[in-house]
Amino acid sequence: MDQMQHIAILPILVPFAAVIVNVIFGDHGKSTVRFNVLFSVVQLAVAVMLFLVLASHEASAMAVYPLGNWPVPFGIVLVADRLASVMVLVTAILALAALIFASARWNRNGSNFFPLFHALVMGLSGAFLTGDLFNLFVFFELLLAASYGLVLHGGGRNRVRSAMHYVVINLVASSLFLIGVALIYATTGTLNMADIARVIPRIAPQDRGLFDVGAAVLSVAFLIKAGAWPLHFWLPGTYSSASPPVAALFAIMTKVGFYALLRFWTLAFSYSAGPEFSLGQTMMFMAGVATVAYGSIGALASKALDRLATYVILVSAGTLLLAVSYNAPGVTAGALYYVVVATLAAGALFLLKDVIDQTLPSEAQILAVSLELYGDEDEEIDEDQEVSPTVPAAATLLSWCFAIIALVMAGLPPLSGFLAKFSMIGAALNAGETPSAAAWWFTGAIVVSGLFVLIAMVRNGINIFWTSLPDGAVRVRVLEVTPIVGLLVLCILMAVAAGPAMAYLGETAQFLHASDGYVLSVLGTGGAS
Amino acid sequence: MELILACAIGVLAASGVYLVLRPRTFQVIVGLSLLSYAVNLFILAMGRLRMDAAPIISHGPVNPADYTDPVPQALVLTAIVIGFAMTALFLVVLLAARGLSGSDHVDGVEK
Repeated sequence: MDQMQHIAILPILVPFAAVIVNVIFGDHGKSTVRFNVLFSVVQLAVAVMLFLVLASHEASAMAVYPLGNWPVPFGIVLVADRLASVMVLVTAILALAALIFASARWNRNGSNFFPLFHALVMGLSGAFLTGDLFNLFVFFELLLAASYGLVLHGGGRNRVRSAMHYVVINLVASSLFLIGVALIYATTGTLNMADIARVIPRIAPQDRGLFDVGAAVLSVAFLIKAGAWPLHFWLPGTYSSASPPVAALFAIMTKVGFYALLRFWTLAFSYSAGPEFSLGQTMMFMAGVATVAYGSIGALASKALDRLATYVILVSAGTLLLAVSYNAPGVTAGALYYVVVATLAAGALFLLKDVIDQTLPSEAQILAVSLELYGDEDEEIDEDQEVSPTVPAAATLLSWCFAIIALVMAGLPPLSGFLAKFSMIGAALNAGETPSAAAWWFTGAIVVSGLFVLIAMVRNGINIFWTSLPDGAVRVRVLEVTPIVGLLVLCILMAVAAGPAMAYLGETAQFLHASDGYVLSVLGTGGAS
Repeated sequence: MELILACAIGVLAASGVYLVLRPRTFQVIVGLSLLSYAVNLFILAMGRLRMDAAPIISHGPVNPADYTDPVPQALVLTAIVIGFAMTALFLVVLLAARGLSGSDHVDGVEK
């Protein structure tokens, strides 16, 4: 393990190098695109390597990298355990797909697309890998700063307006983050997450309330990022107005909130779960149910595909929140499987939406839904036109992609979305002797939201694909369809390899909930304890 | 001294929250700045308030009780730099929104 600890910093260094190279050499058209794709491939290779190295050891293996070799509780430490490596891998896959998609045409819609893109990937990887609470704040700010630029990419009144709301919300969230960190530092005297977990049982009783307030304020900041109801109102506007490759990468941004909550809660409250812990759990559970409900209703109400995609993101954010609040290893394992699948599928949906927009103007899509409401007056005229017996191959491919995304998102068999939801529900119902009321709420929320998402997706699919196509051949760019197909193939592979994947993530979840291993590995390497 | 600092943080935070909730973008940015000042002072206070104590330990025999906690000061420094950059970035977005919509309302239209 000694040699491999250096690998923990590579997923941050590679995008960092990409940012520097981009800033120095500037934009030179095709060659710039090529080396940016190359950087993204290298990032993916590094993430795969990190994943494989950790997978080849036992579940408790971690790469702990103290920056500058400062002793651990004092210096900043990077910690790559299995959870972090899975999240970094998903980020790298999604980033590569979005970058290839963007290089078809979107990168030319504004300046500095590539440096901002790599900076966002760097911030995401850093947030997943860091083991220090304040360093987490710095990486959050880094990824947010890059995301502000990316939301604005392409310009236009709509984008600027929703970007402004996004910036204000996140600046307020950062203030909350800092207040939470400061309170936790005041009561524990440390910022290292493992050290915080170790110190918590020794907090003086009169300070305990202050620590709980700090944890609560910090969790609110995470919940804003995770898009939990009622803190999610920035999300639909921002995601639907961002340019498609950016929105696709943003599919993992809400998962950063999920990751931070999962990491912090399993660490902080593993040693001493008092009444305040169950209060926090209940609040998160209620917020999760509300998020799922709001997302489902929003999905039904949305007329355009981009709005639908944002509400699907909300539903998955709510589902993950429910899983975190459940705090059982079995449910967490299902949630980790779900986070991989849902992120890839949501990213593919945002990309697919753009391809559909090109082949079918968005006005026609909205019109199709309006016609449903107000009656179709052109119906009789249509009968005169000859209906083409064959559907163009490109349209068939797009509709298949759409169908796969719908199946994954709604959680229908035989694809991976079903397996994820099934394992979460199964673990929740089997958690106690008899299923608790919370387990039934959990099951109900997941099943009903699946139905709502399915109805919304099917209705949109009918309006988009079962319509008379515009004159001329349907043309799609290979560069734009390949990433979508790639992401969906991964979703299908996750279903094919569900056994090993589930076993792996199950071990990860077990390790996560027995946080002794994490604390010992992090504090052990520094010598000080 | 604790009372004065607590009052200062409270007044700054209250004014900041009030201004953030106003409809004009200029009021929002001033509110965000006040809020970040309040947070910075708050972080400093979380390292315990000490008078006449240095945060940097010099050479020789050292009694830690003579020094103030340096970590919150480092945190405040980072927070100030990040907050400053974010405020500048928001200023650009604000001006772009003003230019595109012709209104300084946060929604781009007068209500």
